[in-house]
Amino acid sequence: MTAIVDYGVGNLFSLSSSLKSLGLETEITRDAEKLRAADRIILPGVGAFGDAKAKLDDTGLVPVLLEEAERKPFLGICLGMQLLFDRGFEYGEHPGLGLVPGQVVDLHNELEDKTLKVPHMGWNSLQIVKDDPLFKYFQDGEYVYYVHSFYAKDCAASTLGTSRYGNVAVTGAVRNGNVWGTQFHPEKSGDAGLRLLKAFAEL
Amino acid sequence: MLAKRIIPCLDVKDGRVVKGTNFEGLRDMADPVEMAHFYNTSGADELVFYDITASVEGRNLFTDILRRVASEIFIPLTVGGGIRTLDDFDRVLKCGADKVSVNSGAIADPSIIGAAAKKYGDQCVVLSMDVKRVDGQFRLFAKGGREDTGIDAMDWAVKGVAAGAGEIVLNSIDTDGVKNGFDLEMLDALAARVSVPIIASGGAGNMEHFAELFTHPGVDAGLAASIFHTKQVDIKELKRFLRGKGVEMRI
Repeated sequence: MTAIVDYGVGNLFSLSSSLKSLGLETEITRDAEKLRAADRIILPGVGAFGDAKAKLDDTGLVPVLLEEAERKPFLGICLGMQLLFDRGFEYGEHPGLGLVPGQVVDLHNELEDKTLKVPHMGWNSLQIVKDDPLFKYFQDGEYVYYVHSFYAKDCAASTLGTSRYGNVAVTGAVRNGNVWGTQFHPEKSGDAGLRLLKAFAEL
Repeated sequence: MLAKRIIPCLDVKDGRVVKGTNFEGLRDMADPVEMAHFYNTSGADELVFYDITASVEGRNLFTDILRRVASEIFIPLTVGGGIRTLDDFDRVLKCGADKVSVNSGAIADPSIIGAAAKKYGDQCVVLSMDVKRVDGQFRLFAKGGREDTGIDAMDWAVKGVAAGAGEIVLNSIDTDGVKNGFDLEMLDALAARVSVPIIASGGAGNMEHFAELFTHPGVDAGLAASIFHTKQVDIKELKRFLRGKGVEMRI
C-alpha cells in the first residue's frame, strides 16, 4: 500500500487518482500505524513552507516519517519535496525535515532576468543529470508540470534532474538514500508523470 | 524554459459541451469526458471547463463530470462558471480542479479573490475577464459579456493580482468568435500592467494566429474552443507547427 500523508495541506484528489489509475492500492492517512505498515510513503504539499511545516509538526508524525524514510521509499512532491531539505526561507527561516541536504530559497532573487514570471508555472523540460531507477520509464528532456516560487539549492550531490528557467537550473528531482523528491507535480504531468510514479511504485 | 501552453476550453451545459459565437446561439457539440480524453492524447497542456448551467441539477451533473475527468486525466484542470463563494471553490477543488477561475463572482464581491488566494494559494486563483472597447477604454464586462460594469479592465486586473490572482484569462469580446486572430493590442496592454501569466482567449481562427500570439512575450498561453472542438485546428499539428516557428512547446 502507498500511503499519502494527510496533514491538511493541498488537494490530494489528483495524486490519489493518479496512483489508483496505475492500479496501486492507496491510502490518504495521518495514522502512524498505517504509515509504518505502508510499502512506500508520499509527502504531498502546496502552500508556504513555514505554514506547512507547522501543520506537519502538529500531526505529531514527524518522528514516524523520519524513521520510515530510512526503511522504505519515500517521495516528497512540490512543497512536500521542499520540506525534505534542511531549511526554507519562505516568510522567514524555517527548519525542514533534514532528509536531504540543502535549502529552499526564493526563485525570484536568483533570476537575473527580472521579467521572468514567478511563480515558475507551467510545463518545463526536465534534464536528467544523474540516472536513477525513478527515471526507468522517463526520457531525458520530457516536460513536467511545475507551480512554485521557491526552489531547492546547494543540493548538487542529491540532484537527479533540473529544468532551465532563465539563468537558474531549477532543482526538479532529488534523491538521498531512500528519499526522493520532485519539485514538479508528477500527478499533473500527463503520461510522463504517470510513468515516473509507476517507477516510484516499483522501487 | 517554460513551454507556451495550448488550452482547449469546454463550456459545459447540462452535461454537454457547447460553444457559442459572440456568447450567443449555443450549439451542442459532445460529451465532456470523451472530449477531455481526446484533448489529453492530442497534447493539450491544460483543460478549462466552464460550467454555464444555472440549475442545481445541471451543477451536480457538472461536478460529476469534473470528478470523472479528474480521475482519468492528469494534466492541470481549471474550472470556472458560477464561482461566487469560498464554498464554490471548495466544491470544485474537491472534485479534482487545480485552479478555479472567477469572473462575475469577483466583480460582485472582489474580496473573494483575496480570501481564496489566502486559503488555497495564489496559483489556484485565476481571474477571468471579459473585456470590450468602449469609448476608447478597455471596459470590464460581467455576466458572460452582457453587462458593462463601467470598470477599467486594466485597473481591475492590477487590483486582482494585488489581491492574489495568480493568473489571468483575458477574453476579448471584440475578437471572440470572429476567428480573425487574438486581440494582441488588448493583451499587450494587460502584459504591461501585470506580471502573472496571461492566457489569451477570443479570436483564434487558425494556426498562424497562435504563431502571431506567441511573438508577444507577455502571453503565456492561448485558449480556444470551437476551432479545436470542430477539429478545424488539430492541437498536435498546431504544436509541431509552432515548434517549427521557434516557439517552445511540450510535444
